[in-house]
Amino acid sequence: MEEKKIICIGCPKGCALTIKHTGKTINEICDYNCKIGLEYAENEFVQPKRIITTTVKLKSGYLPFVPVKTKEPVNKEKIFEIMKVISKLEIESPVKVGDVVLSDLAGTGVDLVCTRNIQKVS
Amino acid sequence: MKKLVYDLVVVGGGPAGLAAALEARKNGVKKILICERAPYLGGILNQCIHNGFGLQYFKEELTGPEYASRFIAEVENSDIDVKLGTMVMEILEGQQIIGVNRKDGMFAVETKAVILAMGCRERTRGAITIPGTRPAGIMTAGTAQSYVNLEGYIPGKEVVILGSGDIGLIMARRLTLEGVNVKGVIELMPYSTGLIRNKVQCLDDYGIPLLLSHSIIEIHGKERLEGVTIAEVDKNLKPIEGTEQYVSCDTLLLSVGLIPENELSNNLGCEMDKVTKGPVVNEKRITNIPWVFACGNVLHVHDLVDNVTQEAEIAGKAAAAFINNEMNKEEKVVEITHDKNIGYVVPQRIDALNNQGKVVKFFLRVKNPDEDVKLIVKDNFDHTLLSLSKSIVEPGTMVTFNLPRKFVTKDTSSIDISISKEQPQ
Repeated sequence: MEEKKIICIGCPKGCALTIKHTGKTINEICDYNCKIGLEYAENEFVQPKRIITTTVKLKSGYLPFVPVKTKEPVNKEKIFEIMKVISKLEIESPVKVGDVVLSDLAGTGVDLVCTRNIQKVS
Repeated sequence: MKKLVYDLVVVGGGPAGLAAALEARKNGVKKILICERAPYLGGILNQCIHNGFGLQYFKEELTGPEYASRFIAEVENSDIDVKLGTMVMEILEGQQIIGVNRKDGMFAVETKAVILAMGCRERTRGAITIPGTRPAGIMTAGTAQSYVNLEGYIPGKEVVILGSGDIGLIMARRLTLEGVNVKGVIELMPYSTGLIRNKVQCLDDYGIPLLLSHSIIEIHGKERLEGVTIAEVDKNLKPIEGTEQYVSCDTLLLSVGLIPENELSNNLGCEMDKVTKGPVVNEKRITNIPWVFACGNVLHVHDLVDNVTQEAEIAGKAAAAFINNEMNKEEKVVEITHDKNIGYVVPQRIDALNNQGKVVKFFLRVKNPDEDVKLIVKDNFDHTLLSLSKSIVEPGTMVTFNLPRKFVTKDTSSIDISISKEQPQ
């Protein structure tokens, strides 16, 4: 049996977890302190995922860009492909927290949503 | 000059100011004014577009703007007045505030109480004195964050980051996502000063090197930054000869610490703590001036906004009790002392006659990282009031604990907090 040590990024505590595994099969996850840690360790071993946060160009808004995030974590290896898609977007103001900018972002099935309210200026 | 009258003025409309104003309103304060220097509320959270906020306070993971928007919406739906683009120039002894903005010009506010919530600012190149030329391309990590996230400018193509503070780590990832070549993060200390999760998700995820016990010993370039010379440092943080390396870069970001912004508090005559660089307060967040309260990063630099919100609510509640005449008139000061392993403790004193709340929440920072330590709280009779085991303590992570108020009696004159290696049983 092999061991892999990871640090949980589920919250600011940053617990150090150990995954005991045989090849690609998890035998045991040790040292986690909560449900988030257990879930994180599983995902991190099988398919690491991250929430992406960036900005999107905004037309006639009070600010030139609106901050956005992927509503759910997306596969880590798709991050740069996703950034390329996002960099080409431009949307109309006004925008509200939670407004969907793009559905099924780069085939991930995840929505890209606004994270700030920005008014339109005429 | 225009003259206004309020019950409470909150200086600053960031996370601390918003939560303090809302809590004071909930506790019956009627006329509240928030003065904010920026053209919008929310403070620094507006440029912190990454996630990881609110896990403690809201029990869900939010981005900075989302966290702020919840409080902004609540303020906008209340009868709290807000003046944006407004700079508070002075707080006067006679419970008066002088402010200025484009609409009102100079104006004066007569108030019963003031909550200081001005936040902090970043240390700059001037504060750490790096030798070399003075070209363009050197800025604080927060300035770069504002350029990238609010204004949409990329500050350079090849970036070196000095200091492993959280903003530096967050910007390493942010710039990498935008196609910038982040060459590495240079940290003077033998440990990362930011949160461990930020090292993992911002540096390790993208293969960005973190050089511990290293420093920049020279800046190169005439008009624009061309490169930096880095070197390893010894135990006394002095560069080791022969370890110099040249790294080419057009941009250097500094993430070398934050300083509470206390010009107003200093001019007013608030007693200051030399370590936190913020006012000295009791557990109600009252400064040495009975009508002046302080909370958030102006008091001491926090690592989590959730803690700022909680602290602001303490200040807001106490200000309301003061304004509504519900606060105990007499006070018995209990001084908080600590051993040399602890950098600072907030609050610096508590009131033994305080009639509010069952526990006192303490915030402290250790000076050096350590493992398996015991945090012990004793009173002036050498009675152990609390004894807590901590598996890991780090300067970058604030330690918090609650002291039940019943342990503080009329005879308590001081409380000492110590952190030391756990003795094997």
